Amino acid sequence: MLTLTCPCCGVTAEETELTYGHEAHLKRFGPGSTDAEFEDYLFNRKNPKGVHFERWRHSYGCGKWFLAARSTVTLEVYGTYSAQTTEPPAELIAKIKEKCPGWEGWQ
Amino acid sequence: MRRYSIFAVAREALRYHSGWERAWRAPEPKKRYDVIVVGAGGHGLATAYYLGKVHGIKNVAIIEKGWLGGGNSGRNTTIIRSNYLQDASAAIFEKALQLYEGLSRDLNYNVMFSPRGLLMLAQSEHEVRGYKRTVYANALQDIKTEWISRERVKELVPIINLDGPRYPVLGALYQERGGTARHDAVNWGYARACDAMGMDIIQQCEVTGIRTENGEVRGVDTTKGAIDCGKLAVVVAGHSGVLANMAGFRLPVESCPLQAWVSEPIKPVIDVVVMANLVHCYISQSDKGELVLGGGIDHPNNYTQRGSWYTLEETTRALVETYPIISRLKMLRQWGGIMDITGDHSPIISKTPVRNMFMDCGWGTGGFKAIPGSGWAMAELVARGEPGPLAAPFGLDRFREGRFIDESVAAGVAH
Repeated sequence: MLTLTCPCCGVTAEETELTYGHEAHLKRFGPGSTDAEFEDYLFNRKNPKGVHFERWRHSYGCGKWFLAARSTVTLEVYGTYSAQTTEPPAELIAKIKEKCPGWEGWQ
Repeated sequence: MRRYSIFAVAREALRYHSGWERAWRAPEPKKRYDVIVVGAGGHGLATAYYLGKVHGIKNVAIIEKGWLGGGNSGRNTTIIRSNYLQDASAAIFEKALQLYEGLSRDLNYNVMFSPRGLLMLAQSEHEVRGYKRTVYANALQDIKTEWISRERVKELVPIINLDGPRYPVLGALYQERGGTARHDAVNWGYARACDAMGMDIIQQCEVTGIRTENGEVRGVDTTKGAIDCGKLAVVVAGHSGVLANMAGFRLPVESCPLQAWVSEPIKPVIDVVVMANLVHCYISQSDKGELVLGGGIDHPNNYTQRGSWYTLEETTRALVETYPIISRLKMLRQWGGIMDITGDHSPIISKTPVRNMFMDCGWGTGGFKAIPGSGWAMAELVARGEPGPLAAPFGLDRFREGRFIDESVAAGVAH
């Protein structure tokens, strides 16, 4: 079972205590954007075979949303971090680059 | 291809079965094909088969990174039904069911299609209304389904516990023509028929890149070298996003595992397929006597072909409360397949931003039952370059245009 550490309350929780929230760092497009941008934002997903940045909610704990980096191949969790950000923390990116030399980067 | 028949069995019986041919060759790839189908699962093989049979395109290669039928078409619970709510879905799943009904004869290969009847249990007032609505919708679609009482459910499924600890069975949606088929035989039958038309099935050959020129597909790079093609049909289920990425676009698809498992073989106890969508479990019994069991997906994106224990536990709990006699059975095997889930839980059979590259994906948790219909519609799309009536509603453009074919709500399953 996946275990993730909630950065909001510090509890290390099992997957059953959490709710999955799909891809993180989506840039929101609304009025004034093109149809293609809006479609991309609403529907299209990276769905990578490898490092995935995703949202989780500590539903049966503190109730807060947070973000995580996880491999969709090995299921290794590289780290969790606050949702109050538009991009992953630099030290987490450095850690993933070290572990996955061929990794294309989070964007 | 030497035909299988009772005479062939008799002939071989007289000579120690020494005359059976290999069902398909193991060729090396040629330099170029008119059409390359990526993915030798049921959907890919069916696409190739109908390309040859219906549209006369036989210079075709089917390339597969693993072994033939080793992905989701070898990992499902073999359920076949066409009791969908939306017209577009009903049309393509009904086409598939009709093709399944004649498939053994068509392919000269026994796919063991068994129309044993299929029930979807209603265990809440909401489900009762939902399934009655589906019955009416199916009547308008010319697909025979019926609403049956809980007493009739008990007659059809003697081992069921109608008054479950959580939800009582209130009735069921019944499709008499629904049932199962032998999944490997479906793959093998299509593969043998494709090979007999001169098509090359190339296994252990992974696509590593898609070559394009001026927005048009030219060929694929593989672990067995570059292969050119006129048209490219990508039919790879869970890995659709990976191949789309190679061609430079993204899909409205996320990949996650769905598990299935089988019990030790026992004497016949259930001769229909029963799905319980509220507690979320489904059950049927194979010809060997194993109970074939399945439940819900794991939600987090995942390419591992295995799911989590808590999903297994939840489904097993639902099974045991619905069928108490199975509580002491040992489970023999458990496995997972990678589902390609779309936002509206309907498939994608579509042109792509790359000219002459087509995709058939997004079948999610319900792909096996659709194999012949999907192949039929995809072959039409690939051959003509434009979708036929079956595939037209399932284009990628439906997301931009807001034309969803919403089966996730209609299924009433907690997806």
